[in-house]
Amino acid sequence: MHGRPRIAPTKEEQEASSLRAAKLRDLQSQVLNFHHNKIYTKEAVEISAKLLESNPEHYTGWNYRKLAVQYLLDQQSENGVDSNSIQSILDEELRIVENALKKNFKSYGAWHHRKWVLSKGHSSTDRELRLLGKFQKLDARNFHAWNYRRFIAGLRKIPDEEELQYTTDMIYDNFSNYSAWHNRSVILSILLGKREKGYHDKERVFGEEYEFVRNALFTDPDDQSGWFYHLWLLDQTLKREPVLLSSWPPHGSNLCLSVDGSLNDRQTLPVPHFQSKARTFPLILYFSEGVEGVSSSTVTVESKCHAGDDFTWMPLSANKFGFSQAWLTYLKFPNEVHSLEACPVKVTVAHAAGITSSSGMPCSQSCHISFTVIVPSDDRQHSELQTTHRISWKEENIRSCTTQSLEADILRSLCELEITKENKPTTPKWSMETISNEIAHCQELLSTTNCKIGKLTLARLLMARNALISYGNPHFGTEANYEDVLALYRDLMKMDPAHICYYEDEYSLVLLKQLTSNVGSLMKHCYQYQESSSPSMNPYLCVRLNGLSLSRLGSMEQLLWVQMLDLSHNKLRTIEGLEALQLLSCLKLNNNRLCSFTALEPLKTLKSLEALDISYNEIGAHSIDTRRYLCSSPLTHAVGNDWNFKKFTDEDVKLKDHWDAYLLFKDLNLRQLEITGNAVVNDRLKAFLCKLMPSLKRLNGEKCC
Amino acid sequence: MAELMTEKHVKYILSVEKKKDDFESVVMEHLRVNGAYWGLTTLDILGKLDAVDQDEVVSWIMQCQHESGGFGGNIGHDPHILYTLSAIQVLALFDKIDVLDVENVANYIASLQNEDGSFSGDMWGEIDTRFSYIAICSLALLHRLDKINVERAVKYIVSCKNLDGGFGCTPGAESHAGQIFCCVGALAITGSLHHVDKDLLGWWLCERQVKSGGLNGRPEKLPDVCYSWWVLSSLIMIDRVHWIDKGKLVNFILDCQDKENGGISDRPDDAVDVFHTYFGVAGLSLLEFPGLKAIDPAYALPVDVFAAASNHDGMN
Repeated sequence: MHGRPRIAPTKEEQEASSLRAAKLRDLQSQVLNFHHNKIYTKEAVEISAKLLESNPEHYTGWNYRKLAVQYLLDQQSENGVDSNSIQSILDEELRIVENALKKNFKSYGAWHHRKWVLSKGHSSTDRELRLLGKFQKLDARNFHAWNYRRFIAGLRKIPDEEELQYTTDMIYDNFSNYSAWHNRSVILSILLGKREKGYHDKERVFGEEYEFVRNALFTDPDDQSGWFYHLWLLDQTLKREPVLLSSWPPHGSNLCLSVDGSLNDRQTLPVPHFQSKARTFPLILYFSEGVEGVSSSTVTVESKCHAGDDFTWMPLSANKFGFSQAWLTYLKFPNEVHSLEACPVKVTVAHAAGITSSSGMPCSQSCHISFTVIVPSDDRQHSELQTTHRISWKEENIRSCTTQSLEADILRSLCELEITKENKPTTPKWSMETISNEIAHCQELLSTTNCKIGKLTLARLLMARNALISYGNPHFGTEANYEDVLALYRDLMKMDPAHICYYEDEYSLVLLKQLTSNVGSLMKHCYQYQESSSPSMNPYLCVRLNGLSLSRLGSMEQLLWVQMLDLSHNKLRTIEGLEALQLLSCLKLNNNRLCSFTALEPLKTLKSLEALDISYNEIGAHSIDTRRYLCSSPLTHAVGNDWNFKKFTDEDVKLKDHWDAYLLFKDLNLRQLEITGNAVVNDRLKAFLCKLMPSLKRLNGEKCC
Repeated sequence: MAELMTEKHVKYILSVEKKKDDFESVVMEHLRVNGAYWGLTTLDILGKLDAVDQDEVVSWIMQCQHESGGFGGNIGHDPHILYTLSAIQVLALFDKIDVLDVENVANYIASLQNEDGSFSGDMWGEIDTRFSYIAICSLALLHRLDKINVERAVKYIVSCKNLDGGFGCTPGAESHAGQIFCCVGALAITGSLHHVDKDLLGWWLCERQVKSGGLNGRPEKLPDVCYSWWVLSSLIMIDRVHWIDKGKLVNFILDCQDKENGGISDRPDDAVDVFHTYFGVAGLSLLEFPGLKAIDPAYALPVDVFAAASNHDGMN
C-alpha cells in the first residue's frame, strides 16, 4: 500500500498478476478450509506456510498455525514429552515467521506469532537478539523490532544498563536514530527512578547526557532527533516542586467587602474593595504548574470569623478534572460579624502533604498568605445592587492611572507583595549552571548555522533562565532581555512560515510575561474606568491589552485582581487561562478569532461577569469545532455531565443545535452581552439567550424583554 | 489551488468495490471490511453514498460476524476487534446499527479487556493501544461504554504516554502518529484529554509537517497522506491545528490525486489505493475544504452520521 510507483501495468504484467491472484486465492481458500475443519496434517500446515510467507497479513492463517501448533504439541504430550520435538515444532514456526518478515518486516501478525512462540519458553533468546541485530541494520527505525527487543530483554532479564549501552551504540552508528534516543530516555528514566548504582547522581548523569547529545546537535543540527532528546533533558533539568506564585486577595492586603457599589466610605476605607451581595468573596491560589490535592486538609484558612469551617476547593481548569494551576474557594462572612470590623485571615498552603504536580513532584514548602477583611456597616438603606448602567467602554470614560494615583498605589502593592515562605525555596545551583551552559553552547552553534530548532531551543532556554531567576536567588543575575527572546521568535516566523501560528502563540506568552514582569510596564496598561452617566458607581480598575496581536493568554497569575479587561482587537483563538480571573466583571473580547462557544468555556466559572463583548469573532463560521473534546459536551462521556438541556429545549427541536451556547451561558449572570458580527447569530439564538439568562438586560445594545 | 476530482474518486472507489479478482483485492481480502469502511465513508463525505447498494453491503457485512459477536475481515475470516469497529462504522453510515444484536457485539468487545485496562485484538492476546481506541469508539457508538472499565482503560492508555508527549502501542513504545490518534481519540471520547500535555504533543505533531507541506508520522520520515488524518485529527482534538500550515497540506493532498483514474496515493505519483483515498478526503474535510461533509475527528465518521447514532438513545 505504500511507496509503489503509479504506472499503468502492461498486458503481460496484468496477465502475470491475474495468475498470481488466482494462485493466492487458491492458497487462501484452502487455508480457510483447513481452519474451519480443523485439519492439521503435514500437507495442510505446509500450505499455510506458503500462504503466510507470501501474504503475512493474512491473520487467520497465523491463527490457524497457532491451533496447528497446539494440536501438534498436544499430540507430543500424549506420546510422552520429547523436548527435541517440541523444539523442532517451534523452530519451524520461527523459520516461517522469519520468511514472512523478509516479505514484510512490519507485519503485526508475524511479529506477534513470534512473540507467541517465544512465550512458550522453549526458544533461544540468543538467536532472537541476533535476528534483531539483522533487522536493526535493515531499518533502525522499525518500531516492531524495538518493541520485540523490549520483550526479549524482559524474557532474558537483560539489565537496563546493557540496554542503555545498546542505545549508545545505535546512536554512535547514526545520530539520526529517534527510536534509539526515545528508548534511551525511557531506560534512563527507569535507572534514575530506581536510583541504581551509578545513577543516583542525577546531576552527573544529565551532565553526561547533555555532552552526548551535543555531539549529535553539532554534527547535524538540522536533524530533529537530537533536539527532541535535548528538550527532554531540559525538562528534567527544570523539574522542580510546584510553588505558589500568587493569590487573591494578595498577601498583606486589606480587603473591603461592600454590599453594593456605594462610595460613601470610599475615601476613608482602604482599597481594594470587593462587592458582594452575599458577603462572600473568592480566595484564589495560583501555582507555578498544574497541581491536584488542594483541599481543606492541605490548605488551612484561619480567621476568627470562620472557626472550623471546611472549605471546598475547586480547580479552575477547562474541565473540572485533573490538574489545575488556579484553585478557588469562597469565604463567607456570617451576618453576625460586626460592621467595620477588621477580620484578619491567614491561609497556609501545603499545611500538610498532598498537593502534587502532574509530574509527580510534591509541594512540600508550606507558605502563608495573610490579609485583612473589613466588613462594612450593615446599613439596610442600600439600594438595589448595581444600577442598570451600561458599560459602554467609551474612551472618554477611561483615564490612565497616573503614577501618583490611588490606583497606582494599589498596583504597586499588588506587584510587590511577597508571599512569606517558611524557608525560601532555592533553585538548585546545578539547574542554573546547566541552563547557562546550554545557552552558551546554543549561541555557539547558532553563530555558524542558522538552525531552526536551535533558535527555538535558545528562546526556550532564555525563558527558562528567567523563570529560575524569578524563583528568587539573587546570585543568579538579572533576567534576560525579553526583547532578545521576542526577536528570536520573529526570526523563526520568517524562517519557518509553515509554523507561524506556533511562534505567534509563544510570542504572545513572552510578551505578556514581559508586560507583567514589573510595575512600570504593567502600569502602562492600567486605567481607571468610570461611567460618566453613573458617578456614584465605583470606578473600575481596567487593564487594556487590546491590539497586541495576542493569540493566546499567559501570566494570569499577575492579573488575578483585574475586574475590567480589554482584550479586543487581538488574534485570540483561545482564552484558556481567563478562568483564573474570578474578579472579572467586564470583559471585552470583540474582534478576535474565537471560533465557537466552546472556545469561551473558561468564562463559565466567572460568577462576577456582568458585561461581555464577543462581537466580531468567528463563532459559527467553521464546520470544525476544535474545542469540542476539551470541554464537557454531549459527545464526551465524561462523568459528571450536567445535562438538563433536553428539558429546556423540548419546545423547539432546532435548539438542540445550541447545546454549546446553553452550557456556556446557563450559569452566568450577564446583564449585558454583545454578539453581533458572528455567523451563528440569528433571531432564534437571541431569543434563546434572553430566555436562558433572566438577568440579561441588554443584548447587542437592545433591551431584552 | 488544484481541484478535487470528486467524480473520478467516486468512480475509482466503485470500481474497487467491483474488482474482486485482481491481485490487489485478493491480497487484501482479509481486510475487506476495513476497505468497505474506507470506501463508503469517502463516498459519504463526497455526498455520494447512495451510489452503492446499501442492502447488499449490510447483508455481506453481517455474514462476516461470528457467534461470539465479533466480526472478521471478510466472510470466513476469524473475528478480530479491528474489523468489528469497521463493521459498526459502516452500519452507522447507513443508520442501520439496529440490525445488530448490540448486547452480543458489546460483550465480545468487553471480553477483550485485560486486568490492566488494555485490550487484546482477539483471543490470541496481541495488545496495542489501537485496540483500546477501537473498543472505546465501538462501545461509544453502541452506547455501551458501561460494559468496560473505562477508568482502567484510560489508565492503560496514559501508561503509554511518552516523554515527548506522544503515545506508543504499548508502554515504552516509540511515539507514532497512528498510535497518537488512537490514544488521543480514546481519551477524547472518554472526556479524559486533561491527561494530554497539549503544548508538548502539539509541537511534536506540528513538526510532522515537512517542506513539501505533507505530514510524516514521526521524526525524519517521509510524508504520507494517511498522516493527514492521524496527525491532523489529533491536532484538532487538542486544539492545536493552527500550528500547521493548512493551505500547504491541502495542496499536498491534492497533489497526491491520480487525476486521470481517480484515487489518492501516499505520495505524489505513487500508486493509489482506497486506504489513502479515504485519508486524503477525510483530511480535506478536516481542513474545511469546500463541498465536503464535515467529519468528526474522534469517531472518524461524518458528523451527521454520528448525530443520528446518538439520537437513538436521546441526547446521551
